[in-house]
Amino acid sequence: MCLAVPGKVLDIEERDGTRMATVDFGGVVKEVCLEYVPDLQVGEYAIVHVGFALQRLDEESARKTLALFEELGLLQEEFGDPWEAAAAPPEWEERGPGAATGAGAGAGAAPAAAVGDGVQEAGR
Amino acid sequence: MKYLDEFQNPDLARRLLDDIRSTVTRPWALMEVCGGQTHTIIRHGIDQLLPEQVELIHGPGCPVCVTPLEVIDKALEIAARPDVIFCSFGDMLRVPGSDRDLFQVRSRGGDVRVVYSPLDALKIAQQNPHREVVFFGIGFETTAPPNAMTVYQARKLGIPNFSLLVSHVRVPPAIEAIMTAPGCRVQAFLAAGHVCSVMGMGEYPELAARHRVPIVVTGFEPLDILEGIRRTVRQLERGEHTVDNAYPRAVRGEGNPAARAMLADVFEVTDRSWRGIGTIPASGWRLSERYRDYDAEYRFSVDGITTREPAACRSGEVLQGFIKPHECEAFGTLCTPRTPLGATMVSSEGACAAYYLYRRLGTTPTPQEASPVV
Ligand code: SF4
Repeated sequence: MCLAVPGKVLDIEERDGTRMATVDFGGVVKEVCLEYVPDLQVGEYAIVHVGFALQRLDEESARKTLALFEELGLLQEEFGDPWEAAAAPPEWEERGPGAATGAGAGAGAAPAAAVGDGVQEAGR
Repeated sequence: MKYLDEFQNPDLARRLLDDIRSTVTRPWALMEVCGGQTHTIIRHGIDQLLPEQVELIHGPGCPVCVTPLEVIDKALEIAARPDVIFCSFGDMLRVPGSDRDLFQVRSRGGDVRVVYSPLDALKIAQQNPHREVVFFGIGFETTAPPNAMTVYQARKLGIPNFSLLVSHVRVPPAIEAIMTAPGCRVQAFLAAGHVCSVMGMGEYPELAARHRVPIVVTGFEPLDILEGIRRTVRQLERGEHTVDNAYPRAVRGEGNPAARAMLADVFEVTDRSWRGIGTIPASGWRLSERYRDYDAEYRFSVDGITTREPAACRSGEVLQGFIKPHECEAFGTLCTPRTPLGATMVSSEGACAAYYLYRRLGTTPTPQEASPVV
């Protein structure tokens, strides 16, 4: 949630007396408020956090960061379905150590076969 | 070296690491403040790539983790009211309150909605004039300006059924608290880049000078973090303690003046309690007198809450860098992302979650970890 994602301004309009833009985050398009970077223009990039542009960013840095975020699955985390993620953190289920088995964690516990190296000693 | 290949530019990463290696002569303990940085560090194994004299201590910079239990319980109580539409960022859904979380409130009939931006919550208020719409306003200096703007807009547009449950926190007082805590081992800080995008760096020189501690403003991509560490270690080796900006593409000295002006208008500084840590003086914001009408705590009476923190959870020690997550007894057994005891296991920026997710469990403890100072 604290992460800010770079995006490209597609168009700008005034709404309810507020400067708003549509911004493209590597394919996901969102409405973004420009009041904090009021001179941002169409075609420029900015760091955007929870629907607000916070600083202008050069195109090369923006593209690099976006590519990295895409690769790390951070865009999915930011723009994916939060209810789905909260219901069953899918990546965590797969990749977690599964040490919850037998600790009353119930259906979500990963099979013991998924336990990684050295997990049994963890934190003891 | 398996991690190095995963860097966007492995050659540059190698050069930065070599530089750090050739600079360091003694052990140093650096704290990365931001939870996003913690995640990058663990995900890319940066802590394991570093020479062993350089230790990274994970800091309290995860807003989800430090929101006090009392505020979570207030949120849950408000969200359960039939007249309320409760709006929140997605990562608050699984944060455990004393006896439930927002996800459970919703499955028992509460109208809980996830929004991408606080402005979305304002829109929901406009569309539902007969319901009370409450937005859960948590976060550091990066998130506070959007929330401030939303309250400002609510007043400007005359939207009476919108309010904010506020629990904003500020980084500099947290740095002060960490440096003055008994047993503090931190010798330098990697400051959170996006916080500085808003606030600039003006609050840091005094802190750096008084505690004789280098503060290097750092981004959160793998190479940003290596560069931040490189500059920090240089300062430490030379006995310097200045404020340095290793993230200039996103941080200017004065920050974002428009955002800061809005913060000063809508909020006022207040003492805040941090989950697991306790109250830190002047470490947060609340709505200023002029905007009190938009404060959910005033609008709904949610007093008399008794909080219950699970005894096994040591997230306060994790957040202050006293222990690493896997040193907690409950880690991976009683406490997992599916059955979290503490918020540090819930949030995608939480240190416990990062350790669980990237299987940082059986690593050999460093000498310092084996004999903790506190
Ligand atoms: S592992 Fe779980 S119980 Fe232990 S400190 Fe982290 S959140 Fe708390």
